Order: sequence, then C-alpha cells, then structure tokens
Amino acid sequence: MTKISRAVSKAVGGYNRDKDMLIQILLDLQSIFGWLSGEVLTEVSEQLEVPVTQVYQVASYYKAFSLTPKGRHIVKVCMGTACQVRGSPQLLDIISAMLDIKPGKTSDDMRFTLETVNCLGCCAMGPVVVVDDAYNSKPSTPTLKKIFKTVK
Amino acid sequence: MDNKKLSSPDKLEKLKKKILSKRDLTKQVVTICTGTACQTYGSEKIYEKFVDEIKKQGLKGTVVEAKPTGCHGFCEQGPIAVIFPQEICYVKVKLEDVPEIVSRTLVRGELIDELLYEDPVTGESVAKDIDIPFYKNQKRIVFGNNKYINPKDIDDYIVLGGYSALAKVLSQMTPEQVLEEVKKSNLRGRGGGGFPTGIKWETTINAPGEHKYVIVNCDEGDPGAYMDRALMEGNPHSVLEGLLIGAYAMGSHEGFIYIRQEYPIAHENTSQAIKQAEEYGLLGENILGSGFDLKVKVHRGAGAFVSGESTALMNAIEGKVGEPKMKYVHTAISGINERPTCLNNVETWANVPLIIDKGAEWFNSIGTEGSKGTKIFSLVGKVNNTGLVEVPMGMTLRQLIYDVGGGIPKGKKLKAVQTGGPSGGVIPEQYLDTPIDFDELTKLGSMMGSGGMVIMDEDTCMVDTARYFISFCCEESCGKCIPCREGLRMLREILTDICEGRGKEGDIDAIQDIAEMMKDASLCALGSTAANPVLTTIKYFRDEYEAHIENKNCPAKACKALTSYYIDPEKCTACMKCLKNCPTEAIHGAKNEIHWIEQEKCIKCNTCFELCPLRFSAVKRISGEPVPPPPVPGTKVIREKRGR
Repeated sequence: MTKISRAVSKAVGGYNRDKDMLIQILLDLQSIFGWLSGEVLTEVSEQLEVPVTQVYQVASYYKAFSLTPKGRHIVKVCMGTACQVRGSPQLLDIISAMLDIKPGKTSDDMRFTLETVNCLGCCAMGPVVVVDDAYNSKPSTPTLKKIFKTVK
Repeated sequence: MDNKKLSSPDKLEKLKKKILSKRDLTKQVVTICTGTACQTYGSEKIYEKFVDEIKKQGLKGTVVEAKPTGCHGFCEQGPIAVIFPQEICYVKVKLEDVPEIVSRTLVRGELIDELLYEDPVTGESVAKDIDIPFYKNQKRIVFGNNKYINPKDIDDYIVLGGYSALAKVLSQMTPEQVLEEVKKSNLRGRGGGGFPTGIKWETTINAPGEHKYVIVNCDEGDPGAYMDRALMEGNPHSVLEGLLIGAYAMGSHEGFIYIRQEYPIAHENTSQAIKQAEEYGLLGENILGSGFDLKVKVHRGAGAFVSGESTALMNAIEGKVGEPKMKYVHTAISGINERPTCLNNVETWANVPLIIDKGAEWFNSIGTEGSKGTKIFSLVGKVNNTGLVEVPMGMTLRQLIYDVGGGIPKGKKLKAVQTGGPSGGVIPEQYLDTPIDFDELTKLGSMMGSGGMVIMDEDTCMVDTARYFISFCCEESCGKCIPCREGLRMLREILTDICEGRGKEGDIDAIQDIAEMMKDASLCALGSTAANPVLTTIKYFRDEYEAHIENKNCPAKACKALTSYYIDPEKCTACMKCLKNCPTEAIHGAKNEIHWIEQEKCIKCNTCFELCPLRFSAVKRISGEPVPPPPVPGTKVIREKRGR
C-alpha cells in the first residue's frame, strides 16, 4: 500500500465509507497533503466507489480544495467588506509586490502561496492578513516586511 | 458513560443543583474572551498566563479561577477579561498585566484604573462592562450568556438554566403546543429571509413522509458578518437546544449542523458540545427518558458562498456539488433525500429556547410591529466600537452607529451604511433615523439580511463598493443559470470600466436593464438579489457615478486608476519616512533632498499617504486632474529657521 492509499483508506474508513461524506473525506485529505493530486482523487473514487468524475467535480467546485501543490507558507488576505472598506485591496497590492507573486499563485521557489479569502469573520480587526494561521490585524508595510523576512 | 445519562427532566434539575452546590459563588473568576478577534490579539496565551500565575501565587484550588469564554462582542477593545462576581471589565489586556490583575484585583479586590475602559466622551473610566455605553445600549438576550460560559463545558450552560426549555417541552408540552408557541412568538428567520419560523415548521410538519430532517445553517458567507460564528463558537448548546425543541415539534429524528470551513473553532466546539450532550442523555436516544430520539451530525463546508442557500446546502450535505436547485417544491416538503427538511439559521434556533422558557408574550414585548425580538449585528468598517451588538428590533440606525458604535473614527463624515451583505444595499446618511427591522430596510432598497452592517465614510467610493460586491458574486456564482452568470459578468465589466476611467454615456442605463433582468430571471436568491448593491448606489449616489464617467474623477479618491499620488515639494521636509517604506521603491530623493514619486512605479497602495506626518501633509491624492511635474531631482529642502 502506498502512503496515499493508506491515508485515503483511513479517511474513507473514518466516515464508514458513507458516500454522502465525500466532501468531508476530501477536506481531511486536503489538510493532510496540502493539495489533492490526481492520484488522491482516483484513490478516493476507487475506495469510496464513487465515479472519478464526481470526485473531480466536487474537488474542483469548492474553494477549500487545491488541485495544485501549494507553497510552504500560505499568506491569506481577507477581502471581506469590512476589510475592503479599511484598505485590504491596497494591502493585497503591497504584499503581491513584496512577494512578487500574483494573488492565487505560488512563488517559483515554493516558499509562498498568496491567497485571497472572502471573510474570515474577524471583521473588527480588519484589514486582516493571515500568515500560516497567525492572524495579523492592520499590519503596516514595515511590519509586513519583518513578517516575511522571519518565515523562511 | 451510561451512569451520566439523565433519565428524566427532574434529574436535569437535580444535576443543576448539584453543579451549583459544588461551585463557590463568592469565588473570584476571571473570564478571558477567546473569540477569534481576541485570540488574534493573543488571548489564549493570556488565559494560560492566568492559569500559571494563579498557580505561581499559590492560589490554585482556592477562591480564584480563570476561565476561557466565547466572544464578548467588544472586539475593538480586545483582549477582554471580565472578573466575576463584580463584573469588572478590563480591556486591551496584555500578557504583562496578568500578575497584577491576579494579585490586586482577584486577591484584594482592587481596581486597576489603567486597564478599565475609558469613555472617549467623558474621559471617565468605567469599571463594569454593563456600564460601558457599548454594552449599556444593547439588549443581549441571545448573545449575552457568552461571557459566562466556557463553550467546552456543558455544566456552565446547565447552571444558567440551559436545557430547561427542552425539559419543559418534553415533559409538559405536545409537539402541537410547541409549534403554537413559536407561531405566536412571530419569530422570523434570522438568516436574512425573515420568513416566519412557525409557518416554516408547520409546512414540514404537514408534509407527507415519516422521515424528516432538521438543519442548522452556519454557512455564514456574507462578507462582513460573523454573528453566527460567535454564537456557534461561544454558546453551541443554546443552538443545539433550539434544534432539539424544533425536532421534537416537527417529529424529526435526524439533524445536521452545517458549518463553513473557515470556522474551525466553531466546528471543534460544536462537535464537543454534541458529545457532552450525548453523554448526559440530552441528545441521542430516549432523551431525558421521554422516548424522543435525535441524532445530530456536523458537516463542514468546503468554501462556497452559494452553499449557504438552502437547496445548495442540502446538496452539499448529500456530498454533492453545492449548487442550488429550482424550488418547484419547497425544501420544507422535499429537501435532503427528497424528504421534508427544515433549515433555520444559527441565531433563529438560539432564540427558540428563550421563547419556550419565557413565553411568546414576552418575546412579543420586544421589537416592532412586524419584527419581534432582538437581532445581532456585526458592526464593522469605519466605526469606533467595532464588534458584535445585539439590539431590539426597531432601534434606529443612528442609535446603533452612534450610541452603541460610538460614531465614526478620526472625525470623518459618515457616507453610508451597507446592510445585508451582497444581497443588500447601501443606505445613505439622510435615512439614519430609520428603525431597523425586516420591513423598513427593504423599503429603502436594502435589506436587514443576516446582520452585517458595514459603516462607510467619505473615503469609500460608492462605485467601487458596487464593483466589489458584483465581483464577489461573480466569483461565487455557481454558473448554473445564465441570468446570474452572464449578468454578473456584464455588470462587472461595465463597473470596472467606470472605475478605471473607461466609463461612457449610457452605462448607468445598461446597468439598470441588466439588473432588472437578473432580478426576474435568476434561479436562486444569489442572482436575483445580486444587483441590489449597484441599484442602491445608483439610487443614492448617482453623482458619484457621473463624476467617474464624465470627469474621470473619483470623488472619494479610492479608485486607483483615477487617483494619483503626488508629493508637494513646498511641504516635503525630506524625512525619508515614505521613501524607506514604499514597497515598490517608487519614491526618489535623499536626506535633505525633496522626495518625488515615479508615477510609473507607483502601485497606489496609500502607504506614503498614511506615513507622511500630519503636520507636513506633503503627500496628496489627486483625481480628475493632471499630476504636476516633479521637482528637478536633487532639489534641496530649504529649511526655515524658526525663532532664532
């Protein structure tokens, strides 16, 4: 058994092979691997006995799933209305310029992936930037420079 | 585990007394808000520090205790710590404040003045949270218990009378009586639709079929709204109790709680709450010995805004793509697996135990003619006291923004309030005295929606706001029906053109035509309401659209393509602040040399504008007119000699 088939088997088994739990199974696998490769999707299809087209349809529809590998550090900029009003578009431009990657993309050295999110539900602190699950409230340009320097 | 199970409503009452008898009510308890906002400010570490410090000062197991709670609502002032029983409220608590709070306040009962909230109007410090204007002007019947409860401990909820409404329903009321009470309360759906909850329940009850489902919708997708997050994270049992009562009334034995993927703490706390309720026999089989069963499963969303729509959400629960279906038959009759399914929002369910406990009459005494009870809003954007607020229906927008919200920061002028998320609209300043309820806001072309309330000041461009919401919906549209998919794309194109200086005559008419078509022909509410932000901004701020189109001028100086940054050579003192921090190195100059911006490199990020000290105000934003040429590179600053 490969590492992937073992992980899939564990995830599928955790939900008693219930086909209705496809999304939950993919969520678990996404958090294990950081992305969903073709091999993962095929394995899920076989083990759960769901057509691969359906697995792919679900995996490509929802934002939580990534079909390409992601960088070592994930930078999320919240674009919710509250953050928008408080200047998140400018913040996104600054970060995009600093990391030299466009939103949604990963840097060539696989160091950073820059993502936008619609609302993280902590609107009072906007604009919010999340670097590897650490939330930063209203970071200034100098603060951002420091943060990106410290994560390798 | 079976020995923990409560076999009758009396046993629940006994358990409550037992927990109470074990608790020392004179005990000094410091509760630390660990809601998402406070957590960001490091409140979890603060909680741990409290535990350590209590140990260190030899107070462990004595009359002092620290407890983590859910969101208190006053996110602007976080991290927040409240000390019971006095209810002393400390704001913006830092790690280094902890030892002093323990030794002075918890042990000796002294107030630490520096940590109290200072009223910006009177300049006086306020000791108790209930006396802070932000809290004083609210009516927190649903949300208020958050500050007493450790969301991971069911006992905290039971002590406050939790699950007594369930016990009452199971022992004293028939399902018909429960329905009657909810109908009489006139409770309306808090998720945005405002549909009468009792009638929804009745439809499910009358629908043919034995197997019925109940669902909690916690797929809170509106950007700028996080009420459901705070409730689900902070007081999950109140939602669970509401769901149980509803399931009993509707004869359902299977429930789902659908939580969006972006809310991991809500997922964790809800799962824990279900486990604890099952251990006590408050969930599962033969609940409180009544013979009534309910099984509840938690589903995580996977990041799709439209999945919050009822039919789409039900598709997602079945493991499918979360696309809406045509509602030929209502989901109350044919939902999950084509069986009757009743879906309510988190806040709606949380209101149910209160109605059963205190009666429909009490509930009817709060609110307006058509909208009863309270509503939780997330008050965010350009407002001083950002956070979550719960107010009675009928409070005016002005009271909410100024009395509770404390007004607009930096002395700026309020321009508009955006309500109802991407389905709502903007309400301009002249309508601030409108009472907030389901019907009044709809009359203004907006809607109350799920409770997002984003305050916008003079720096917010209304055309850009409309463009923002349209591109949000454009990305979130599932693409199934053409009016929504293509209509949104066309709207986005026109609005982007206007914001980037390519607007032309006739654009406003075209927008209105497309909007009408989408309203009439879209499959679900996402498409039929998506044009509301555009229509209301045109209705109330047409002059801004015209300025963009005719003069290529963005009056708020927010649209990047129409705005330029320029350093006034007369005012620049060459302090290097902007130059050092420009992310694209677009600012040139040196010490004692006047700075200037290379327009081609400038990404208009506003950093220089914000960093330029107010007393110089050398950085200018220009829109609708040409940028003056920069000074000759190397021009020296002429310093005036003062007072010598």
